[in-house]
Amino acid sequence: MKLLTANFLSCAVKACKSSPLSFPLHFREAELASKSVPYNPLLLSNLLPRLDWQALVTSSKELGFTLPDAKPELPLRSTTTTTTTANDDGDMNMDGGIGGGVSDEEEKTLRMLHKVLMETEVVEGKMVCGSCGFEYGIHQTVGNFLLPSHLV
Amino acid sequence: MSRPEDNLPPDLFYNDTESRKYTTSSRIQNIQASMTNRALELLGLETPSLILDIGCGSGLSGEILSEADPPHTWIGMDISPSMLGVALDREVDGDLLLGDMGQGLPFRAGSFDAAISISAIQWLCNEDEKGVDPKTRLSRFFDSLYACLKRDGKAVCQFYPRDDKQRDMICSAAIKAGFGAGLLEDDPETKNKKLYLVLTVGGEGNKDITGVVKNMDGVDVYDNRKKLLAKAKGDAKQGTKAWIMKKKEQDRRKGKVVKSDSKYTGRKRNIKF
Repeated sequence: MKLLTANFLSCAVKACKSSPLSFPLHFREAELASKSVPYNPLLLSNLLPRLDWQALVTSSKELGFTLPDAKPELPLRSTTTTTTTANDDGDMNMDGGIGGGVSDEEEKTLRMLHKVLMETEVVEGKMVCGSCGFEYGIHQTVGNFLLPSHLV
Repeated sequence: MSRPEDNLPPDLFYNDTESRKYTTSSRIQNIQASMTNRALELLGLETPSLILDIGCGSGLSGEILSEADPPHTWIGMDISPSMLGVALDREVDGDLLLGDMGQGLPFRAGSFDAAISISAIQWLCNEDEKGVDPKTRLSRFFDSLYACLKRDGKAVCQFYPRDDKQRDMICSAAIKAGFGAGLLEDDPETKNKKLYLVLTVGGEGNKDITGVVKNMDGVDVYDNRKKLLAKAKGDAKQGTKAWIMKKKEQDRRKGKVVKSDSKYTGRKRNIKF
């Protein structure tokens, strides 16, 4: 279970759908691992507006590391791949970020996001709904979201 | 040809042996790959996206998503633990979840850019347990899918319906959920016919479903909606003469005793009467 996925998961129990407490799910007894994944800055900048930063901060606190309180800002840019090729410099660095000029600051933010969202995985543990208290087990990185039929 | 859907529920059918067989068969791999590529073509994603793979199985289609150009990130969901086990052994890139799509997808609104599903949603029509209604499961699935896609999002579901009835049931459930829906049929009239349900979530670019295939070669568009609209318009209004004649004709066909038609049929009575 990557933190990216956890940021989109909410409790599937019917009674919890309307409750604001059903998101995010809270990690318990989590065992972490890191897995190397190809760095994809374009995807990250696409995802950033959709992330619930508050939820991400909460999840990361539960897993024992801290993130800045405010959502990092990335300047809006056209996210099509053409921006990468339309680089005036001519020589293009393959993993050199989104557009032509990515400042060091942005690059650092993106790298940080990549590490947190893509490479940090919960191998074993539980996710608990803040509203109904239902526990979703995580086993070998796979979250179990099967519900008993009376909760559907 | 026997259908796996007729044997067992999916979580039991895809046990360790069956999952291994499914994943190692080069024939299935090829079919799966070509269907995933077709689905990607229909999605038409230009930027690296977050994709939901429903019924991801052992990650055969997910692998193609990861290797596509541009590379996508995917989250897979499947009901068979054995299939997911195989996926873990194969060290796929996507994140995996064990879950039942008929119970609804556990994601918050607007999470995904797109969704694909290869040979999975026909399983929703199964009635494996007592008290499980395919219609409810279908609507739960499509409702939650509609919610978790972002606006302008698209979903492509390849599926094998048992018959036309099942196909229509799935399509109407999707339309009811609010999707703009269209069916794409590859190799029609052959044994290898493949059905793709193309779904769009409202938004500027997605006003008309036929726009999805506008730039593709070799696709004929049959628009049923105009015909349906014309038919609805052509229907006689209740109380008119045409409507009465139609009803009388229907009753006659049923063998009921019906008064014969005359020039007075359907006329208003004179006020003096």
